[in-house]
Amino acid sequence: MKERPSVGGRVLTILTFVFLYAPIIVLIVFSFNSSNSRTVWSGFTLDWYGELFEDSLIMSSLSTTFSVSIISALVATVAGTAAAIGFFNMKKRTRAPLLAINNIPMINADIITGVSMCLLFVAAFGFLGNFTGWLNRVFGFNLPTRFTQGFGTLLIAHITFNIPYVILSVMPKLQQMDRNLVDAAMDLGCSPLSAIWKVVIPDIMPGIINGAIIAFTMSIDDFVISFFTAGSNSQTLAMAIYTMTKKRVTPKINAISTLLFLTVLILLIVVNIRSSRQEKKLQESMKIKKSFVR
Amino acid sequence: MSKELIRLKDVSMTFDGDTVLDNMNIYFNDKEFLTLLGPSGCGKTTTLRIIGGFLVPTSGDVFFDGVRINDVPPYLRQVNTVFQKYALFPHLNVYDNVAFGLRIPKSVDEGGTDINSESSGRGKRKKSKKVKLSKDEIDQRVQEMLEVVSLKGFEKRTVSSLSGGQQQRVAIARALVNRPKVLLLDEPLGALDMRLRKDMQQELKRIQQQMGITFIYVTHDQEEALAMSDTVVVMNNGKIQQIGTPEDIYNEPKNAFVADFIGESNIVDGIMRADRLVEIFGRQFQCVDSGFEKDEPVDVVIRPEDVDIVDVTQGALTGLVTSVTFKGMHYDIIVDFKGFKWLIETTDFCPVGSHIGIKLDPDSFHVMKKSEYSGMYGDYSSYSAEYDEISDAEYQEEESVDEEEYYES
Repeated sequence: MKERPSVGGRVLTILTFVFLYAPIIVLIVFSFNSSNSRTVWSGFTLDWYGELFEDSLIMSSLSTTFSVSIISALVATVAGTAAAIGFFNMKKRTRAPLLAINNIPMINADIITGVSMCLLFVAAFGFLGNFTGWLNRVFGFNLPTRFTQGFGTLLIAHITFNIPYVILSVMPKLQQMDRNLVDAAMDLGCSPLSAIWKVVIPDIMPGIINGAIIAFTMSIDDFVISFFTAGSNSQTLAMAIYTMTKKRVTPKINAISTLLFLTVLILLIVVNIRSSRQEKKLQESMKIKKSFVR
Repeated sequence: MSKELIRLKDVSMTFDGDTVLDNMNIYFNDKEFLTLLGPSGCGKTTTLRIIGGFLVPTSGDVFFDGVRINDVPPYLRQVNTVFQKYALFPHLNVYDNVAFGLRIPKSVDEGGTDINSESSGRGKRKKSKKVKLSKDEIDQRVQEMLEVVSLKGFEKRTVSSLSGGQQQRVAIARALVNRPKVLLLDEPLGALDMRLRKDMQQELKRIQQQMGITFIYVTHDQEEALAMSDTVVVMNNGKIQQIGTPEDIYNEPKNAFVADFIGESNIVDGIMRADRLVEIFGRQFQCVDSGFEKDEPVDVVIRPEDVDIVDVTQGALTGLVTSVTFKGMHYDIIVDFKGFKWLIETTDFCPVGSHIGIKLDPDSFHVMKKSEYSGMYGDYSSYSAEYDEISDAEYQEEESVDEEEYYES
């Protein structure tokens, strides 16, 4: 028997959702407001969305965001999958601490990750500058001696913070895999490497794809780490929005934020649906097996 | 006698200080159906994995056709394996599963045989030609094999849509299609129900004879071993207890462990008074065994089906019936002889509490030398009808535990 929630309980639930979603709903509603005001509704319009595409700052930051997200998601997916397979083949004694270390960047405050990366890049550029300076002096090369943060550092930072998410989504798939599959592939003539290609990767593919989508999502909505590592020449969408709030605020911000929110929301829904479908499939195949096994 | 194909010489295996195989010496003949039989943890699966190339023995050598193959990886060996839980590739359909091995280009040396020698193992492998089979040949061989395992028409089915028995057949076809010289089978029928198991036993035997290759079969089910094998190897604690034909193993067990593990046995202490004269419970009986020293203490095996029940006045021994279980074909009754409980199979109903006499023919005794297992088996004091099933379940549990150990190590 389901117990009906009390009136108080229901009110509390509703209030919770209002607090959670009211800001976003207001944001979305006022992205369609025909006047500049953010408090008075004066009619429906799509002008602000149209203006977005004429704003060169937004369009360039949008392309930066997409290129950084796509490239970093791809690289992190490859690296993370390889790392997960490596972890999986380790002894438990080595694997457990490594997985724990893998989790730290995810729970670490973004600002710490951002600042520390920024400092690392500055230090590394310092060393690199000294080294090229020395090369120039000794060999007469004409290499640059000053390096600044930009798209490259932004990309490295994104790849770095994406890898743990990929590992986290691939690992359970590996653990569900029948260990004998690799043995069976080798038994049939595969070298260990081709066994991974032909058997392991296809088997854990759903996990890899989920990992890639999550990594992409994380990249797209990251602000703090990008802020510290993008330098002054490149700007992601999140950074562009932040900069816009410092100037005169127009509903353009609402419009671009709405689009960003919807993109991330759709990606997360896709991941969730995929996961629950796989769960269902797994349970069904277990059920089939059980009915045959005594 | 057919020729020797595989030999394990002084093979030992230790995991984290645990000895799993203890100085094992055994050879496998060509075209033979050989079963490694023993309780879980006896080292039978380890032996199979060593032959398959998944484990390298801690010490000792493995020979294939006279060549040492210790360091030859599994993918270069001429053996194929049917794994315990099938290990079919879930992302491929039946056809692609069976064709998997054929689609991998194989190294072939000058002589035209598969690479198999130590010198051509890992690392310093010679530049040898990789040969890829044509699509038509692959198709022909896959179809042929599906025919053998009676799975024609299942080509496009996904693996998960098949029943346990069908999956088992796919696993066998997938291994056999590569035409190995030896097929290794690791408890392949363990997950099937009783009826299917019996059918598959017949099927496996038929396939083995049809293909004319060596089968090395691992099981803890003694009935299965007796029904299918040319040779049975009984193992315990990493040591071979006895090698012989099923008849030898059943009729002439070497020690109390084998006698107890294969079939049901009453094992009592006895003394050999002379050739063909054994004394148990203070009474002397004619038997057929000889070659023991005079007055040597021995273990005597009496199979439950060899005991004749007679009237209490005519019995050589008399006892009290303490339990009766109806088994369909016969009754299992437990009889107390001076504190030692015997299991007797009989078609006569003897109620609990009745006194009976028994008669023993000379050939119902089997006399064995004393061994480390003496006194550990053969008393039915704790017998109950469910006992067998309980111990079966234990085997299953433990088996999966030591499987884990293999991977961890």
